[in-house]
Amino acid sequence: MTYTNEQVANLIDGKLDWETTFRMLSMPKDGSRFEQYLAALQSRVGFKDRIVLPLGPHLYIVQSAKSKQWKTICDCGHEFCDYRENWKLHAAIHVRDTEEAMTEVYPKLMAPDTQWQVYREYLCPSCGTLHDVEAPTPWYPVIHDFEPDIEAFYQEWVGLPVPEKAA
Amino acid sequence: MNMLSNKETGFADLLKNGQTLKQFRDGIIERTEATGCYNGLETLAFRDADPIGYEKLFSKLRGGLVHARETAKKIAASPIVEQEGELCFTLYNAVGDCVLTSTGIIIHVGTMGAAIKYMIENNWEANPGINPGDMFTNNDCSIGNVHPCDIATIVPIFWDGRLIGWVGGVTHVIDTGSVTPGSMSTGQTQRFGDGYMITCRKTGINDQPLRDWLHESQRSVRTPKYWILDEKTRIAGCHMIRELVEEVIRADGIEAYEKFAYEVIEEGRRGLQSRIKAMTLPGKYRKVAFVDVPYKHDDVQVSNAFAKLDSIMHSPCEMTIKSDGKWRLDFEGASRWGWHTFNAHQVAFTSGIWVMMCQTLVPTQRINDGAYFATEFRLPKGTWCNPDDRRTGHAYAWHFLVSGWAALWRGLSQAYFSRGYLEEVNAGNANTSNWLQGGGINQDGEIHAVNSFEASSCGTGACAIKDGLNHAAAIWNPEGDMGDIEIWEMAEPLLYLGRNVKANSGGYGKYRGGCGFETLRMVWNAQDWTMFFMGNGFMNSDWGMMGGYPSATGYRFEAHKTGLEHRIAIGDSLPLGGDIDPSRPDYERHIDATAVVKRDNQCITTEDCYDNHDLYLNYLRGGPGFGDPIDREPKAIEHDLNQKFLLPEYAQKVYGAVFTRDAQGFYTVDAASTQARRAEMRKERLARAVPTRVWMKEERDRILNKHASVQVQHMFATSFALSEKFTRQFKAFWDLPADWELNESDLNVPTYGSKHRMDLSLLPDVTTVVQVEE
Repeated sequence: MTYTNEQVANLIDGKLDWETTFRMLSMPKDGSRFEQYLAALQSRVGFKDRIVLPLGPHLYIVQSAKSKQWKTICDCGHEFCDYRENWKLHAAIHVRDTEEAMTEVYPKLMAPDTQWQVYREYLCPSCGTLHDVEAPTPWYPVIHDFEPDIEAFYQEWVGLPVPEKAA
Repeated sequence: MNMLSNKETGFADLLKNGQTLKQFRDGIIERTEATGCYNGLETLAFRDADPIGYEKLFSKLRGGLVHARETAKKIAASPIVEQEGELCFTLYNAVGDCVLTSTGIIIHVGTMGAAIKYMIENNWEANPGINPGDMFTNNDCSIGNVHPCDIATIVPIFWDGRLIGWVGGVTHVIDTGSVTPGSMSTGQTQRFGDGYMITCRKTGINDQPLRDWLHESQRSVRTPKYWILDEKTRIAGCHMIRELVEEVIRADGIEAYEKFAYEVIEEGRRGLQSRIKAMTLPGKYRKVAFVDVPYKHDDVQVSNAFAKLDSIMHSPCEMTIKSDGKWRLDFEGASRWGWHTFNAHQVAFTSGIWVMMCQTLVPTQRINDGAYFATEFRLPKGTWCNPDDRRTGHAYAWHFLVSGWAALWRGLSQAYFSRGYLEEVNAGNANTSNWLQGGGINQDGEIHAVNSFEASSCGTGACAIKDGLNHAAAIWNPEGDMGDIEIWEMAEPLLYLGRNVKANSGGYGKYRGGCGFETLRMVWNAQDWTMFFMGNGFMNSDWGMMGGYPSATGYRFEAHKTGLEHRIAIGDSLPLGGDIDPSRPDYERHIDATAVVKRDNQCITTEDCYDNHDLYLNYLRGGPGFGDPIDREPKAIEHDLNQKFLLPEYAQKVYGAVFTRDAQGFYTVDAASTQARRAEMRKERLARAVPTRVWMKEERDRILNKHASVQVQHMFATSFALSEKFTRQFKAFWDLPADWELNESDLNVPTYGSKHRMDLSLLPDVTTVVQVEE
């Protein structure tokens, strides 16, 4: 089972018809999806760097067009850090740790008590995109939540050449 | 002549191969470890030689299991079983490894298997003996059951005088005779109070339940009518399946059946591995979840002073997907078990994962123990998910199991997203609560207990391409159903004054989490009635994903001395429908001004008295959101406003929507103005934000000064005490001095159980079954 590039693009936009979406859910996965996905995303972004792995709707690991280093960047082009680091440590943060800050986003009683839990909103320092909301207790370390094994994925799982990577 | 025969030595030779069940099981474990394939099955001879015959066997057995469940559940009178489908039937091979299971609460793939393994390891074949026509009953949480209300009937299957397998059936009963009524009660803090506990007891012979069992068990619970009909449900289903197996063997032969019963498990192991490779991405994923345990409050009345403290349960998960498609789930750093009913046995955790996986990674009908053999679990001993003390309570293990798995779900969803399988992404799950429970004398004048299973229809998490579903599902039962109002009103002396979608309960995002719902119940025609609340209130147990917000937390509303009897009599206004905006409460305008109202985040309480015409709000939670809320389509916001899924204030504040409302109350969102407003919001966001490392310096100071609530410190202290690694990582992250430490004993809270504990394995003549790395 494969899908057209247009169908994959529609999926990304949340506009794919339900019949096709249902087929995607119920049938074995299409092995070519990753390549189609990368191509569709690459055609949309404003930067020249090559997408190595999408991390979120506006967050990517890319191969820098200039240096060939792999970096984590925002789709506005803002560069966070080397792809092996925790990008959140290089983000801007807004912590909701008071009742007043919590009730900006929830009705009374429907927000956590900040003596128990806080919300940490991680933003792109350039464009203000909200990339992640952590909901830990106070004191909790900033979580490095994903360290992909990109080489194994490209070589062994999807059979694609690993993009060049400068040290 | 004078040698002991098999009878005297207790060797029953059930397998007719000269081996005890334990010896046979040890051989399977050995062959599995040596080859990496279940039972050493490096090739699947039957499947490869006769694929059609193999598939036919699968279809017959699976079809029969589902059919037995659908038929048997009609025997039950309990709406939990009959309406909500809280039952399942599972077929095992001779050593208790699951071959296939029905639909329903398939967490019990492993729990009933654990009970069979316990019988095998503790030589049940010698005493009390295992014979054709026997029935065994188990609900013991210290050997693998999830919580005491899941009662399992287990029946051995013999062919030609030889044990060839087992069938187990489980139902979630309404009451277990615990300290307080309801199947998942809160009033107890230990096993001794968690309800009637049965350890693989022989409860039937010759296909008939024993009379001592029938008499004892029915008087041990508050709801004997429901109890006995649940038992008949389980027995009927088990016997249907046993007959099905006999039929299959008559048609296809014992050799084919037995080959199938082992090969299908190896096939399941390979299936999970290949699904992991087909859908995910190798690497390390780290996620964490929490849930509140607010026991210090006056409305939590327990019998033990040492349980009266606020704490937080902590479930960090490191998921490693290896390049060969195997995976490892490591919960190093989890907090200690506690004096409450939210602890979980390791099997509840490992087996429970499949109820989740069948909804995401392995959405096939071939759910069996193969997936277990493809997974490395590490659940450190002493944590809430692998207690090291035989006193622990488990009545509501789900309070945190749901949350513990949430971390896994988000890890997998990260993989699906990165790989482009956006249709599979699920931001997480609702905390499946509130649980309306209680009891007393019902409308029929009988002693009764209730546990409303409306929680089986919470909001689901958002996907990367669409919103979560409203009031649709619960992670623990893929076929959950909220049930009909009319049925609940027959089962509970509680009239419905409203059943509405809960506005703002779904987490915000480009795609929002599904909204939960709320029902307002009025006590009617009961006597000496009690109820209590159970769910999350001070915290969320799940997060959003990739910019999406967690769902709203829970809260409670109850009202006493309402004056509703008089208001109804004179035709005055009544509190009806939803508690639409708890910032501006409206119910209170329709009850007496002198009514006693409780509105707060204390969502765990113990049994309290309710008179007729008192009110109770049952609020079922929403699911978490996905993506930055300011990416949400204006039309979707407009729809939410018009459907009352979203309060206008938050459409503005969270989504940046600019809208108008016409005379009929219809909202229209202006796309261009919204876009302009969102550009301003980006600037406002950055104006109030700081670089993460700057904030970290401030947070580090708070840690050095021990500036945090006791419950937060207590959580960390119990995790530190169990895990040097977690302590080391915590201190390294915050760059804390080498001598910085945090001990429970410094927190001025009860520390009972923090140092002195005794595991079940230390009891004489007990062999526990360990199925994880500890």
